[in-house]
Amino acid sequence: MLTLSEVEYVASLACLELTEEEKKIFSQQLGEILDFFRQLDILDTEGIEPAFHSIPLKNVFRNDIKGNSIEHEKALSNAPQREGEYFKIPKIIGGGE
Amino acid sequence: MESLYNFTSYELREKLFKKKVSSEEVVKSIYERIEEKEEKIKAFLYLCKKEEVLEKARRVDKKIALGEEVGKLAGIPVGIKDNMCVKGIPATGGSKILKNFIPPYNATVIEKLLQEDVIIMGKLNCDEFAMGSSNENSACYPVRNPWDLNRVPGGSSGGSAASVAASEVILSLGSDTGGSIRLPASFCGVVGIKPTYGRVSRYGLIAFASSLDQIGPLSKDVRDGALMLEVISGYDRRDSTSVNMEVPPYLSLLEEDVKGLKVGIPEELTGDGIDEDIRKRLSEAVVLFEKLGVICETVSLPTLSYALPVYYIISSSEASSNLARFDGVRYGYRDFTGEDIFSMYKKTRGKGFGPEVKRRIMLGTYALSAGYYDACYLKAQKVRTLLKRDFERVFKDFDALLSPVAPTTAFLIGEKIKDPLKMYLTDICTIPVNLAGLPSISVPAGLIKGLPVGLQITGRIFEESTILRLAYSFEQNSGYHTVSVKYSRQKPEESNY
Repeated sequence: MLTLSEVEYVASLACLELTEEEKKIFSQQLGEILDFFRQLDILDTEGIEPAFHSIPLKNVFRNDIKGNSIEHEKALSNAPQREGEYFKIPKIIGGGE
Repeated sequence: MESLYNFTSYELREKLFKKKVSSEEVVKSIYERIEEKEEKIKAFLYLCKKEEVLEKARRVDKKIALGEEVGKLAGIPVGIKDNMCVKGIPATGGSKILKNFIPPYNATVIEKLLQEDVIIMGKLNCDEFAMGSSNENSACYPVRNPWDLNRVPGGSSGGSAASVAASEVILSLGSDTGGSIRLPASFCGVVGIKPTYGRVSRYGLIAFASSLDQIGPLSKDVRDGALMLEVISGYDRRDSTSVNMEVPPYLSLLEEDVKGLKVGIPEELTGDGIDEDIRKRLSEAVVLFEKLGVICETVSLPTLSYALPVYYIISSSEASSNLARFDGVRYGYRDFTGEDIFSMYKKTRGKGFGPEVKRRIMLGTYALSAGYYDACYLKAQKVRTLLKRDFERVFKDFDALLSPVAPTTAFLIGEKIKDPLKMYLTDICTIPVNLAGLPSISVPAGLIKGLPVGLQITGRIFEESTILRLAYSFEQNSGYHTVSVKYSRQKPEESNY
């Protein structure tokens, strides 16, 4: 079990608004899944490098040359709300205009 | 005359090039089939307008008539999993949060297909953002298994597998993060290929877990899969994880002899958790391979038993980061009731994502949060190293590994959806492969109590041609590749609905 306040804390980190019902279900389900994850604890991984990639990869660099990018109008075409050439969003800073 | 939808792309290609049939006729036959089946199967989320598609088919026919050069898949009707971008037609990823999203560009795989003159029929249903093993997580409606409408088609590329199995398309594209191509291929009786990580560009694929995701083909037989894989593979500078390596001519390497190849059967994937009938089918496959001169031996990869927690920690962590982009600002759904930006984010995401996606975002956020990062996320990445070493060790002696695709055949709709952990266990045989980036194929191995079952063949990195050869000789010698064609030839009164 995760406590309700743990669930609320993780949900706030993830920017998710959960209903009371969801919080209850998640506290039980996530708890069970996390318990299941704990079976890894018995493995000795001392000195083992983590494998962030499945195959050997190198960082890819390219010359800093301007290329074509998506046109303004196309980039804005899916916006839920726009004004002129901008995406419109609710206010970020509270108080006053 | 046999209906045109029953043929493979390889067979249709011959007919088209010899001008025995036209692409227009093929496309018409496919629309008739969709009309007949789709209401029950629900494989499509978006079906392209018939007149527009027919116009494209006629253009291909004209090219052929004029003797112009046409592509390798000219005039072949293809379906695309809805988590890939096709310019101008909706891509929802099976999610409410991407409702009304119309991609302004094509995924690289789509460009490659279009260069070969394919006919795109529409977008195929899937679990929301490819998270799921049953397709029940689609925000729209679940896909039903063409073999038994009460059962799941497998996930997450359920629409991709079901549409090929029911001949609603000739070929399809799916994506595989932990088994999402191979599992539905097994449940629906079709061929599904998960290429080596980096073989196929992920540009234009809606990201789930970027270190695991790969796009691959689903087809009626191995030859068709090889043909489509040849088309979509290759380096793409727009995906920096795609690998700059020559793509072998898979199709022409298919028929090479398998005699003398060494195949290992991991004992960790043939234990009590696997249905007895499936283990029996695996043993029969071993007998067949031995007759063909393949050397088969049991092998042990002890860390395979830990693959499931490793996968769910890593994939959920990557998902929690990838899915941060869905914030209601640039595309998709937005909730307008919030007062400020943060409540807009939270409400949009809370209402836009379905339960499984939220669960994974929560798990990933937890695993990456302060205090748990080392114990959870980093630990999983270290065990992943051990798992990779296990594979590297056996691949020194063996050319491929043979195992079941899943512990069971297709389960009932509703059977596991309330118990996430039980659902996750469905992927126990497919998941280790993604963690090590290996190429793998699910090839039909007949029916068990009327339901299809697949066999998984996994190879060394970038050795797709070896597993294709093994799969091809298996299907040609067992005859199991005809199962999907048999399904589509059934008259409605013979099938079970």
